[in-house]
Amino acid sequence: MQLASDISKTGVLWLKARVPLPLPGDSPASATERLFLCVETSSSLCVEGLCYRRRVSPSCLLYRLVWPSIEERAPILDSRKNGPCSQGAYCLLEGAQLYLPSPTNYLPKGGKKNKALEKEKHNQGKQISTLTVPENITELCGAKRVGYFGLTQFYVALKLIAAAQSGLPVRVESIKCELPLPRFMALKNDSEIRYSNPVEFHGMKCQIPYVTMEKNSFKRVDDGEKQDTMSPTMSPISSPPSSPSNYQRVPLTYGYGKLRSGMDQIHAAPYEARQLALQQEGPTSGSHGPKPTRRQTSLIRSLSVDREPQESNSNYPDDPWRITEEQREYYINQFKSLQPDLSSFISGSLAKNFFTKSKLTIPELSYIWELSDVDCDGALTLPEFCAAFHLIVARKNGYPLPESLPQTLQPDYLQSAFLKPKRDCALFDSYSESMSVNQQPRDLNRIEKTSIKEKVDLTAPAQDVNIDDKQALKISSVDEAMPKDVCVDTASPKDLNTLKARPRSRSYSNTSLEEAMKRVEEPPTPPPRPQKSHSRASSLDLNKVFQPNAPAAKPGLLPPPPALPPRPFVSQVLHHNTSNDSVSQPKPPGQLPSYGDFRLPEQTDQVSEIELHPQLTRTPSQTEESGSPVKKDLPPSKPIRRKLRPENQIMENQEHSSVSGPSTVPTVKPHAPVQKQSSKQKKAIQTAIRKNKEANAVLARLNSELQQQLKEVHQERIALENQLEQLRPVTVL
Amino acid sequence: MAVCIAVIAKENYPLYIRSIPAEHELKFHYTVHTSLDVVDEKVSAMGKALVDQRELYLGLLYPTEDYKVYGYVTNSKVKFVMVVDSSNTALRDNEIRSMFRKLHNSYTDVMCNPFYNPGDRIHSRAFDNMVTSMMVQVC
Repeated sequence: MQLASDISKTGVLWLKARVPLPLPGDSPASATERLFLCVETSSSLCVEGLCYRRRVSPSCLLYRLVWPSIEERAPILDSRKNGPCSQGAYCLLEGAQLYLPSPTNYLPKGGKKNKALEKEKHNQGKQISTLTVPENITELCGAKRVGYFGLTQFYVALKLIAAAQSGLPVRVESIKCELPLPRFMALKNDSEIRYSNPVEFHGMKCQIPYVTMEKNSFKRVDDGEKQDTMSPTMSPISSPPSSPSNYQRVPLTYGYGKLRSGMDQIHAAPYEARQLALQQEGPTSGSHGPKPTRRQTSLIRSLSVDREPQESNSNYPDDPWRITEEQREYYINQFKSLQPDLSSFISGSLAKNFFTKSKLTIPELSYIWELSDVDCDGALTLPEFCAAFHLIVARKNGYPLPESLPQTLQPDYLQSAFLKPKRDCALFDSYSESMSVNQQPRDLNRIEKTSIKEKVDLTAPAQDVNIDDKQALKISSVDEAMPKDVCVDTASPKDLNTLKARPRSRSYSNTSLEEAMKRVEEPPTPPPRPQKSHSRASSLDLNKVFQPNAPAAKPGLLPPPPALPPRPFVSQVLHHNTSNDSVSQPKPPGQLPSYGDFRLPEQTDQVSEIELHPQLTRTPSQTEESGSPVKKDLPPSKPIRRKLRPENQIMENQEHSSVSGPSTVPTVKPHAPVQKQSSKQKKAIQTAIRKNKEANAVLARLNSELQQQLKEVHQERIALENQLEQLRPVTVL
Repeated sequence: MAVCIAVIAKENYPLYIRSIPAEHELKFHYTVHTSLDVVDEKVSAMGKALVDQRELYLGLLYPTEDYKVYGYVTNSKVKFVMVVDSSNTALRDNEIRSMFRKLHNSYTDVMCNPFYNPGDRIHSRAFDNMVTSMMVQVC
């Protein structure tokens, strides 16, 4: 059809209408009424342009449409001043329907609002007449598709005009930026007022929620009132790119109705957007059912995305695979929450748990991992993590996953991008800390402060010294620390490191820190410190205590005897008669009830410990040297500390039994009487009694915590079952 | 050309099996299944030695008129079975070895993925691409 060829070039189109069109402000006398019209032809092309009405004959009205391109705007404008231009082709379109952006047609009856809109449209129409809307703008705002300029398209078009005038690329995403008002030739103050009045009148002073159009969707759109007008355009904006086929004729009213009904939600949602609120999902998704992207947005929000002020992405508006500064900071923060050392790795299991929270399917997550873990080592470095996170975010926003990792997400690219700005920031201390063993205590402090519950398996690489200790359980490392006066400072942090490195001791690290500090504070004890065994039990109990608190903890599984808490506590108790309470209290008691079982596993540990710490051997052979008859539960002692050895062994047993289960029968191993003095035994007995009580308290606490967890799991289960039931009828239908 | 490549788990169930062309898929599945006996036989024959000494590449398991079957066992007792068209006589032993090595590397990459549970079917796209290249290239 000839029209098609005409549309492609700047020109003029004559339209013959069979009936006079109800142009607003109809004044039959005016020969050249400039109006802004959209024309939908029989070929369903939409032509927008200025319309000059010319009455040719009483029965026929010719409407000449002029739709200039941007480059030719000037000539058209000039020609407009002089009158209708005569360039372009003339074509008579029979049966063309003209759709007018009359407010009355597309707005629900709303009294004042309608009038205001009408007026505004009229004014704007006049203004627009001096600035023809380029075709791409009309296409973007959706008017081309629907064939008319409804309210929403009108607003979008204005926004796009503003974007184009301010130099931004004319794209839907440009609308989200804060734009000045579009300038029109005849723009005057009063027209500006008129423009803003309806806005205020509508009370659309809400912030626009995220539009999940691209990777920037989760960014906060900080906007002023100007962007309020864009809120009604959410439906057309989101629909054209994502689901143009869903857009219907009626959606204007629908959209506007949605706007009015969803205003509250829109009000609520952006304000909530600042918070990591899951309930956003409800209102936002509820109010915009046909907009799956919004739901994804709320899902993104539920991922606890930081609400940071929007940053202009005008540099790379088109690239969804480019990470912006805010995203990068967010990713880094998340990385830090999992692994404080930014130069180290996040283990596969850790990352798996974390990414699983994003509610993507496992195959998708698996594929994302495949893309992002370029070195295929089962662990994610910081750039790899950021790439993976970015892919997850993009996927949640509806972007299909790429076939291969985009160049902007490659680790080397990200590495260079990351390290430059990051070198100067305070993250450097985390780097430096992990570097030296001497800084381990500080590192541990920070680690503990940041996330007690997080696994710090990956701190092991920075603490290679402790790997051997790991194998021998932490007890050995602690034992090692204990006897060596010189190494107390370094050993204790090393012990703490190993403690931290063990997955289940993460909660324990708190106590171990205190113990380490106390260890340091204690006066130098002679190398043989048999009371260290007590620390093992306490450490184990600590693990038990804190395990339920950890989200990933399994209450049913108790860890093997972890590293011992500082032994000096026990030694102090036994030898120095210092404030045992303060010393022993940090150690979780609860060792008392289960002495019996402890012994056997401990003995194996003892063997390994012996290898590593000759001074701290707790081999069964020690039992031979056992001194005083063991009546109470004391941690296994070093061989040198003969008097305490039986007590220590008993403590070991207690620990083991506490691991297996609360058994309140402390089976005291009969030991041959040692050459120790009875007074010390009495003190040991008193200590053991105290520890038993503490152990009881700890176990009671543990029980309550486990009960709490059980309740929570029950609740979760009920919630899941409810969800299942809700889903079931849907599928059945 | 490799007409069929299969990854069999330790418990002798398939983790991944793919064959070209599709109409003979059943035949290749059966071939792979029967070749598992030969694999076990070879492994047990070598099995007296320590695992370290055992070679991963098993070589030709058995030939038929149309094709040859090669085997490869990893240290975790995961078996790779490759059915190769006999008409392609240009395939030498070291080529087969290199193909198995590539398979093994891809398989370890799949294992590195924390979202992959050992024992699941392999759905990795990278693995698929590698297998496709092997089947097409050798063609």
